[in-house]
Amino acid sequence: MDASPTMTAAPRRRSGRVRQGRRIADRTLRVACTGATLVGALVLGSILVMLIVQGVRGFTPTLFTNPTPGPGSEGGGIANAILGSLVLTGIGIVIATPVGVMAGTFLAEYGRGSKLAALIRFLNDILLSAPSILIGLFVYTLMVRPMGTYSGWAGGVALAIIAVPVIVRTTEDMLRLVPGTLREAGAALGAPPSTVIINVTWRAASAGIVTGIILALARIAGETAPLLFTALNNNSWFSANLMGGVANLPVMIYQFALSPYPNWQGLAWAGALLITATILVLSIIARLVIKPQTSR
Amino acid sequence: MNAASAIPTVELNRNRADEGGPVRIAVKRLNFYYGSFHGLKDVNLNFHDRQVTALIGPSGCGKSTLLRCFNRIYSLYPEQRAEGEILLDGENILSPSIDLNELRSRIGMVFQKPTPFPMSIYDNVAFGLRLYEKLPKSELDGRIEASLRKAALWDEVKDKLKQQGTGLSGGQQQRLCIARTVAQRPEVILFDEPTSALDPISTGRIEELIEQLRDEFTIVIVTHNMQQAARISQFTAFMYLGQLIEFGPTNRMFMNPTERRTQDYITGRFG
Amino acid sequence: MPALTESIALGRTRSATARKAPSRSLDTLFRTSSYAAALLVLLVLAGILGSILYGGWPAFREFGFGFLTSSAWNVGTEQYGALVAVIGTVASAFLALLIGVPVSLGIAVYLTQLCPGWARKPVAMTIELLAAVPSIIYGMWGLFVFAPLFARYIQIPVSNVVEGMPIVGTLFYARVPSGVGVFTAGIILAIMIVPFIASIARDMLDQIPTVLRESAYGIGCTTWEVVRHVLVPQASVSIIGAIMLGLGRALGETMAVTFVVGNANRLSASIFDPSSTIASRIANEFNEADGLQLNALMALGCILFVITFVVLIIARLLTRRVQAA
Repeated sequence: MDASPTMTAAPRRRSGRVRQGRRIADRTLRVACTGATLVGALVLGSILVMLIVQGVRGFTPTLFTNPTPGPGSEGGGIANAILGSLVLTGIGIVIATPVGVMAGTFLAEYGRGSKLAALIRFLNDILLSAPSILIGLFVYTLMVRPMGTYSGWAGGVALAIIAVPVIVRTTEDMLRLVPGTLREAGAALGAPPSTVIINVTWRAASAGIVTGIILALARIAGETAPLLFTALNNNSWFSANLMGGVANLPVMIYQFALSPYPNWQGLAWAGALLITATILVLSIIARLVIKPQTSR
Repeated sequence: MNAASAIPTVELNRNRADEGGPVRIAVKRLNFYYGSFHGLKDVNLNFHDRQVTALIGPSGCGKSTLLRCFNRIYSLYPEQRAEGEILLDGENILSPSIDLNELRSRIGMVFQKPTPFPMSIYDNVAFGLRLYEKLPKSELDGRIEASLRKAALWDEVKDKLKQQGTGLSGGQQQRLCIARTVAQRPEVILFDEPTSALDPISTGRIEELIEQLRDEFTIVIVTHNMQQAARISQFTAFMYLGQLIEFGPTNRMFMNPTERRTQDYITGRFG
Repeated sequence: MPALTESIALGRTRSATARKAPSRSLDTLFRTSSYAAALLVLLVLAGILGSILYGGWPAFREFGFGFLTSSAWNVGTEQYGALVAVIGTVASAFLALLIGVPVSLGIAVYLTQLCPGWARKPVAMTIELLAAVPSIIYGMWGLFVFAPLFARYIQIPVSNVVEGMPIVGTLFYARVPSGVGVFTAGIILAIMIVPFIASIARDMLDQIPTVLRESAYGIGCTTWEVVRHVLVPQASVSIIGAIMLGLGRALGETMAVTFVVGNANRLSASIFDPSSTIASRIANEFNEADGLQLNALMALGCILFVITFVVLIIARLLTRRVQAA
């Protein structure tokens, strides 16, 4: 393919052929990339269509008022599972928020340049993607076995462990975006570090921190694996002390969807639609909350 | 000395304490380190009560570093440390026994970029006040109004005190920060290039303000702008590579500097 | 005159000492509790490792190194081995990467280079929302929507074609063309990791200075050449990090896989056949298990911990190094 200098026509011909090859490669790339994106969008669309087609039928008046029915029986609802999920997620986020925000604050405010903080930051990132089923095993060993029973508390703690790294990470990231001069200005007025953090830095980063909490909420609301060994499930209303199995949407969906009873399957679909819609709405809210901060 | 006050352009002994009124801050053999980097080298300098002292010099000369020693704001960063003495009314503020928060409530600081806190204009000014004084609401309102007036901002914000401080213009934000500092009734106010992020009109207003604040406060200002130093300061210190090269009354420094390097810098030959 | 200023100075000093200092103990309390919260992260990680090591220890003691190499999983005879689940885990995660990585990179390139400005935000959001869908929903979609289609249009025709052929015939032959199996699990996992890899890859491509891109276009490069010779080499280390991160997720994913992997205990050479992963086996059997079976499941958990954490550590090191540079 080497063009000899004496051949004046060769370079032009070569460049023409090269251009042809280049154009094909370029077109292939464009088509492939657009196709990949379409596939992604198509999957999301297909999931939503499936949930709506299968789930809407289950939205009967009793869905939100009655507890889950026994095997093979008709009617019933998923009210106990909805309530249980709210309680478990609530426990999870109530535990995780102070721990996560404080740990994120330590990493961003006190731990600058410290080796320990770097280690914790690194391990938190790993915990962020750790298999949730292992967290279930941990809480089973920590709480379910010693207490001798599945419980809502164990489920809440397992969800909290999943939520904490999300909150730590976003809190730290958002606090780091706060300009150092703002901290200096607070300190220059004679405010002790805690006052500067609470009244200035947290406030400046509040939208981002709230986003982190919402994202954590969205993450744990649909978690199933760790609840299998901690809160399990129950076909009745839970008792106030949260001991014994506690009904919750994800495990209910798992058990009912794979059951042979059409009524249970219908309830599973309704629950799946409900939980997915909730989580998608939470995720969209989280993105809208963070928007004004990043656009500024 | 009488001759000095009569004819300011005559050379003065730079370490004479009484040439501009009583000394408020005395810096003695001050050395500063960023980790292993030696940022200030044996600086000796006096600052006079209710006078404006300008610190000038090329970037990286240590003028901001020196300023940041007076309220020990550098101690936010563990790798930075100062050695020597800085006497504020005779008390060494570099001593470990000093309560940093209390010290900083006595020495205010205004930064290069405006630093309004993410809260209302009112709360911004009240922030420092609430830290150290428990005031009844009416008195607090009065102090805030007085501070905003002193910062020449009152007329512009009196109807929107509940609005966010971050919504003001750059020049207004900087005056808000001055009001916030003044509200604490500090003894000294440090300005770290307070107008470098502002337009000429806002700059003019801030300069006027500093002029007025001199009646009450001892002022130290770091500036890149030599005209600014000439306009608003009574004393000027020229620094270069972490050392104090020359210090004296501003008009003498600008018209008749003793050091070659000062002259070169002022006439724009380097920096 | 000096007397006057002195008295003012004195007055000021007095007022200064009258200032009340904010409570120091509150400050210490705040600092200590933030420190404690951060330490809790360490503690949890240590707790996870400690609890599964403690739970799995009897199984390791009973079977020794053979636990890793045995494909037995018999509750009746109390013989347990990790091989089937480990192979299922690794194979499904590998398939997920094989399918998911090109798709992710394609999406990242589309979003950063090809997508018209007005569509960027909605398209990016659509892809990111894929990450928010709970894994159990992917499981249901995989089992009820994808698996029947996959069985009818891919598994059965392919099985018919390859039947009897050497190698291909074993690798792609479905004994029971139900649509579930290792390959289906790999596809579902691929969809689940795509949003993670795509969003990190997109951020990395976005971080590359525009000047670099523009100068490449400026000398007449096509989009393909810009991507291939300028963008990908620039971002390669962190994209590999992102891929490892996706791998970590795929290895530990539980619910979606439990729905579609088929949960068989048999070792099979065909990727169309049902199998198990570590996570799916734990999810399936844990609640009914006791005694040595429980220990064996915990021991499987230990293996999963080691595999995923090694992968995740590598992933974080790769992504971190680039951020620092």
